[in-house]
This record gives sequence, C-alpha cells and structure tokens, in this order.
Amino acid sequence: MTDIDTEPRVDGSARVRTRSERSAVLRLSEEAAAQIGTEPSHEDDHRVLLNMGPSHPSTHGVLRLMLEMEGETVLRSKPVVGYLHTGMEKQAEQLSYLQGCTNVTRMDYASPLFTELAFSLATEKLLGIEVPERAIWIRMLMSELNRMSSHLLFMATNGMDLGAVSMMIYGWREREEVLRFFEKVTGLRMNHNYIRPGGVAADLPDGWQADVERLLEIIPPRLDEYDVLMTGQPIWRDRLQGVGAINTDEALALSATGPILRSTGYAWDLRRDEPYLAYPEVDFDVIVGSYGDCYDRYAIRLNEIRESMRIVEQILDRMPAGDYRIQDKKVTPPPRVRIDQSMEALIHHFKIFTEGFKVPEGEAYAAVESPRGELGVYMVSDGTSTPYRMHVRGPSFINVQCMPHMMQNGLIADAVAIISSVDPIMGEVDR
Amino acid sequence: MSDESAAVEDSVSEDSVSEDSVSEQTAPQRFGARCGESSGQAVLFATVDQYADVCQAAFDDGFDQLIDLTAVDYLTFAGARPLPTEVAAERYEVVTQLINHQRRERIRIRTQVPADHPEIASVFDLWPGSENLEREVFDMFGIVFTDHPDMSRVLMPESWDGHPLRKDYAIGSIPVQFKSASNQR
Repeated sequence: MTDIDTEPRVDGSARVRTRSERSAVLRLSEEAAAQIGTEPSHEDDHRVLLNMGPSHPSTHGVLRLMLEMEGETVLRSKPVVGYLHTGMEKQAEQLSYLQGCTNVTRMDYASPLFTELAFSLATEKLLGIEVPERAIWIRMLMSELNRMSSHLLFMATNGMDLGAVSMMIYGWREREEVLRFFEKVTGLRMNHNYIRPGGVAADLPDGWQADVERLLEIIPPRLDEYDVLMTGQPIWRDRLQGVGAINTDEALALSATGPILRSTGYAWDLRRDEPYLAYPEVDFDVIVGSYGDCYDRYAIRLNEIRESMRIVEQILDRMPAGDYRIQDKKVTPPPRVRIDQSMEALIHHFKIFTEGFKVPEGEAYAAVESPRGELGVYMVSDGTSTPYRMHVRGPSFINVQCMPHMMQNGLIADAVAIISSVDPIMGEVDR
Repeated sequence: MSDESAAVEDSVSEDSVSEDSVSEQTAPQRFGARCGESSGQAVLFATVDQYADVCQAAFDDGFDQLIDLTAVDYLTFAGARPLPTEVAAERYEVVTQLINHQRRERIRIRTQVPADHPEIASVFDLWPGSENLEREVFDMFGIVFTDHPDMSRVLMPESWDGHPLRKDYAIGSIPVQFKSASNQR
C-alpha cells in the first residue's frame, strides 16, 4: 500500500508485543505531546503529530486519536479514551441489585440488553437461582433483536463514515423498526432495564408474534438492498478490502473478541462455544471471515443480522408458556393485585424496592456474546444488597487496542474506515 | 409457590457448602498455585510473588487469550474471604481471567496485592491485550504493574489525584479538578 515501509514487517503476535519505537502504539503523555506540538520534526522524516477528535463525526462519540503521521501515512497512533467516564463501576457499588440494571444498561447504549443480561446472569449465579423457561426464551428473543438493531446501526454509521451517506438513512430506518418493538415491550427505545435478576420486567405484550413476524418480513429484502448498495459495489470493496487487516495471532494476543476475532477466520462465538440461555436448542451458524480486514468485519455483521433473524424465527415457533420471572419471594416482588389484598405482600414489595434483596457472599463472572464481543460481568458480593464490586469487561474498551495495529502504515483516510469497523461504543469504553 | 422458593433456598445453601469443602479439603495445585472453585468456575489463588510464574505456566499450557484483568479493594469487606491457608489475605486482589480456546477452558487467577506496596508484574509480554486493562487498574486502584510499557492513567485525566475505585475514596461532593493543559502525570 505504501512504499515507505522499508524495514521488514514483523508479523504475527510478535508485532503486537513489541515495545520499541516500531510498535504501532504511540505511548506518549499529554505533556510530551504538547511539547512536541504539531510542527513537523526537523529530522528528515517530517513526522507530524496529528490530533483527531474527540469530537469528530467518524469517531462515534468522543474517541480521540493521537496520530503520528508521515505525509498521509499513519505510523503510530494512540486512542485516547475517558471523555465519557462517569464512574459507573463506582456507582454500581451504591445501587442495589435491582437498581443495578438501570446503571449498566447505559454502558453500551447501542446494545443495552446485553449488559443487563450479563449483569443478571452474574447475580443469578451468586444467588444460585434458575430463571423460568419462558424468561430464558424472552431474554434470547430480545438479545437477538438487539443484535440486529446494533448491527443495523453499524451498517448505517459504517456507510456514513465511508461516504455512502444514503446508507445512514436506511440503516437508521430499519433499526427504528426494531426499536419500535422494544418500546412496545419495555416502554423505552433504549436503556430498557428490562432484563433483571430473576427474569424479565414484564411479559411480552399481546400480539408480539405479529410484530416480530412483520420485522422478519420487512428486514430481509432491505438487507438485500444493502447488498446491491454496498456489498458488490467496486467502490465499496476498494475502500474496505485489505484495509486494517489483522491476523488471528494478533487478534488473540490483543484480547480481541467478537467480529474482529471472527474476521480473521477464527470461529469463536460464546453462543456456540460456551452456551448460555437456550442457544444449544436453536440452529444458527457462526459467521467467520478470512482476511481480517474491514470488508470481512462488515460482511460478518451483515450476515449476523441474517443469522439473528434465523434464531428469532425459531424462537417465534418455540416460545414456551409460563412465568416470565422466577416466583422466588426473595428476588421477585409480589404481583400488583396481591399488594391490595395482603399486608405482607405490601411490606414485602416495600422491602424489595427500598432495601433490595441480599445476595450470598462470593464472586462470579458471567459472559455473553454481545454484538461487539465477549461482554462479561465480574461481581463480588459481601452478603449485602449492593454489590461489593462490579466490573464490566466491555468488549469495546479492549477492542480499541486493535486500532493502532490496524492503522499502522495505512493512510489517514483508512483510519476512518478502521475506527468504523471496530465499532466501538464509547459509553462502554469509558464507563 | 412457597414450596418452590424453599427448594431454591436449599439448593443455594448446598452450593455454598460444597464450594467451601472443595477449596478446603482437596487442596489441589495448578501452575504452582492453590486452585479451587467459585460459582462453578476454576480459580487459582496466588501471592504477588507467584503471579508471574503462574501466568507463564498458564500461557505455556495453552491459555492463549487474556479475557479480563481487574482488581478488587477488600478494605471494607465484612466477611472472611475463602482463601487457602498459605495465601494471606491482602487489601487488593488482582483478578486475571484467562481462556484456553482449544480446551474451552477458563481460569481465574486471584492474586493478593499488599496495601503498603501495591506492585505486581505486568503480563504484557505474554498477552499484550492486557495493556489497557492494566492501565485501568492502575488508574482506578493505584496498583503499579512493573515493566508495563506505558503505566499511565487511561480513563481519568492524567492530572487526577487519587484512585476512584479504592474503597476509601469518597463519593460525591468532589470538586472537579481539571487543570490547564500542561501538567505533570
């Protein structure tokens, strides 16, 4: 791509392990960067330190990049994060397990249900409870729909970042259809607080099947339109193929998960490999790429929407009847009607929402496959009704580490394509 | 309904009993550290001196990816932690989660880090993906990872004083302390 790469490139994981000047990661403090400034260096190489963001249309929020440039070529870079840091992990130590979901749902705002799910699974692991069958299938239905809406958002922003501006409108349009269903079920388009320890907040509304069937009907032809608009287009392919390539060794070494790891041809999907919910009972394929470039990551996400729809279709046929939350008095508030009839129910309701329920001492880790990779919650309980420590393993936070390695020796214009294809959600990066 | 909830409670207490007895009686070793189980997951208990060797042994055994690295400050923890006898409880605990994709196996290494000397070896050379996670632990807990390529804050501003996730770091009513651009780290 560029002819300035005269030194032999170290390949594989050795490349990402290097600490030397030739590493792709620019390890530079603000102070040192301020001293260097943006003037070209006086040596022969004419290197320039360029700042990109934090407010830049392509950075998906407030990601800032410090780029060491030589001409149009990126040599080293440093993603500077933390602009959205609001101390959510500290906050979680003040909130009860029931309130916790309202907090974690605001981390990855494009796929909020996954963080709620991981939080609930970790809590349930500590409690040692099993949620009813219907709750499991509702959780699975909502997760897969959320994966669709999240990937549709990616389609929109990825298109916009690369100049396919009309794609932005199409992607948002389809995503809105899914969000409309979420609003019907949870009351909110985003930040649902729907999946809670013990089950879900409410049963699916009457006629939900018709709504889901409608989604399954309208979205596939529109995905075919995306194929026409982007997948087969020579301009689109030129813009993405071979850009930001990363191989399996590098992705594993950098702790990358999700579409980034799968784009290198490594089939690893927690839904299949470490199953949770009822994923062993449904049929779906794990989509993998082969070159690990931006195009593969785009194609994986497009096809994952199709796979999610396949799962949703199976859920539609097999949704079991029964309770949507566990009937364990310790965890679940009594039904609304009982509060009018029974004093105990009223007290119980009051206690659960003021004190919260106590969780036995211990520590647990629960992970789910979010649209961005492994989303895990590590929870330590000291036997009270608030977590002693709650840590979220945000896939975006770890995946941004791949960016410098993908950008090295590429053009600055490709940096935009790479940021977009890593698909970081800054709410989750900064927490 | 009441029968069901009683059954659930029974299963809870059974689990916690069997969990304790596993870590107390059998005392198995793995990668040179005591191992046990917590919520159905394999856990290794290491001291800060053992940590680097345990990680190297795990790496050689095929744990090819570092999934997560975080820390817990046990300063105000009321109960007693179920640690093996030869590992003394310290204020901080660095929690490293590793995965072996071939065997589909996960382990969690819980390393005790003393409060008066919060320093631990970096695992950057084994798993470079630990770079940001170790920076975050340094930022939030003030635990220094020796031989880390860039031991600096990642989420808080570089000029920030204190480490927010420590249990003795007050919440609320903290004056915002952003300063001008050029300052010390």
